[in-house]
Amino acid sequence: MPTEFAFKDAAAKNAQGEFETEKMSLSMGPSHPSTHGVLRLQLELDGEIVTKADPVIGYLHRGDEKIAENMTYNQFVPYTDRLDYLAPLANNMAYAIAVEKLAKLEVPARCQAIRVITAEMARISAHLLGLGAFGIDVGAWTVFLYSFTEREKLYKLFEELTGARFTTSYTRIGGVARDVPEGWTGRVLEFCDQFLPRLEECLALLTRNKIFIDRTEGIGVISKEDAVAYGLTGPNLRASGVALDLRKDKPYSGYEQYDFDVAVGSRGDAYDRYLVRGEEMRQSVRIIRQAVAKFPAGKWYAEDARKIFAPPKDKVLTSMEELIQNFMIVTEGPQMPAGEVYFEAENPKGALGFYVVSKGGGVPWRLKIRAPSFCNLSILPKVCVGAMISDVVSILGSLDFVMGECDR
Amino acid sequence: MPAAADAVAAVKGRWPGVGDRPSLDLPAINVPAADLLAVLAFLRDEHGFDMLTDIAGVDWGVEASPRFSAVYHLFGTASHEYLRVAADCADLAEPSLPSAVALWPAANWHEREAFDMLGIRFGGHPDLRRILMWDEYPHFPLRKDFPLAGVDTPLPDLAVVAETKVNAIAAPMVGGPFVASSGEINLTEAEPRAKDESWNEKRPKPAS
Repeated sequence: MPTEFAFKDAAAKNAQGEFETEKMSLSMGPSHPSTHGVLRLQLELDGEIVTKADPVIGYLHRGDEKIAENMTYNQFVPYTDRLDYLAPLANNMAYAIAVEKLAKLEVPARCQAIRVITAEMARISAHLLGLGAFGIDVGAWTVFLYSFTEREKLYKLFEELTGARFTTSYTRIGGVARDVPEGWTGRVLEFCDQFLPRLEECLALLTRNKIFIDRTEGIGVISKEDAVAYGLTGPNLRASGVALDLRKDKPYSGYEQYDFDVAVGSRGDAYDRYLVRGEEMRQSVRIIRQAVAKFPAGKWYAEDARKIFAPPKDKVLTSMEELIQNFMIVTEGPQMPAGEVYFEAENPKGALGFYVVSKGGGVPWRLKIRAPSFCNLSILPKVCVGAMISDVVSILGSLDFVMGECDR
Repeated sequence: MPAAADAVAAVKGRWPGVGDRPSLDLPAINVPAADLLAVLAFLRDEHGFDMLTDIAGVDWGVEASPRFSAVYHLFGTASHEYLRVAADCADLAEPSLPSAVALWPAANWHEREAFDMLGIRFGGHPDLRRILMWDEYPHFPLRKDFPLAGVDTPLPDLAVVAETKVNAIAAPMVGGPFVASSGEINLTEAEPRAKDESWNEKRPKPAS
């Protein structure tokens, strides 16, 4: 004999408007297609509405900062690839510039231009993935196929330049690993020429797509004040109407010589964040074209970085002095002065910062990584409340984070 | 006068305990822990440093005194300038600082991270839990006396173990965290890079 359920009572209460739903606790992730990696959201739900969201991070924590304290500055470069692994070239550059600031080292114009070109290519590649994944999150599969076709072309260029497709480790402290191959910049321009029409095609699938607009417009609105208070950076900050771009406002690596516009949103919703990323790709193409057009001649490494940048291999094999230098750099690490520096670069996900504390010698005393995805995600408990579960998916897609960087 | 230098002068005029901090790049100040929140609020409200970009906890070494500091990097979204504010924790077994969450919600996760990694407690923090490590984790891994190779720690939730009687044992790591396989060769000697020497095959691991 089944016990009598509370149906009657509940129905009566409902009629009087006293019906109370029971809060449900839902663990979303860490393995969930829309959490883009291993983010877990501990949600508290009232029906379909989120009443509380508690992000649980750290599933991809590898202790990068501890590892950095135990190896030389040069050895850490490959680890920076694995922060925002969708834009390793940009991470390498941010780390290299931070350590170069510590060493008071100026790299030549050609090296700066190479770094700018690769960083902007990395930005396009990262945004293309963000765009494709966002599309999938809200039900537009096609975009993913188009954007990945373009990424593949970029990966071919990365492979030709660095020897690797994904984790490139191309930048060195005091320069880059090698000069660009013959004709490579021409192929970059060819890519840009064919990319712009394909990008428009890709964006046209979403920008005026009724379903996409319904899923994103007015969803996950972040006000200007909140964006600044929570330390949001990058496209997520600009979509909220703050025209802050470190490439413009704190130029590094010669960004001041390039002409580009900073895309700024007005409402700070998921749709604005999508629009800002789309426009940033167009601007990146502009920057790449200018950088290739005035591509300077010269060395791709700082020649006064003799105790930091490993000498060319043929010299190491034939000349005693270079052999000794190479040996010292490999065994002792590049010798840095004592002191502390902080440097932030405008990466695809936002401002990636490195705070380096040195007590002299070849190993950092402390290396703090300020990860943009970490800061961008910290607003989730605020922005998810009141949203439907399906909107949470849209918000996560629009914030475009990478857990490798968030968890370090 | 640039906003940051201006702000440093104003802060030093108002709080005599504040001193210059040696720095290779940005204007930087040392602030006594007692004045920290007042100084940060002053910088935010009067000098336009409206964004807290980072809080980095630093362990200056087991013998150092004061041993722990927190280094705040502020950014002005209008002036586009950075400022570094450092505060030493009172030299206790439990280092602590006042929490800046009331000033910037961004401080919430940064402070949780500094607590998780270094054990700096932020007084007045609304929810000071571990953030990257799991809640039951007993150590502070970024402290200098914590070995690079880690310390064996019961992985699962202790409450779950009590319930299920299943205790997972972590995979053994021969010689260090970078070593994937074991074999005839002595991996401690074979491993070429800087590594933790506090324990190896010959010397036993410190008790956790």
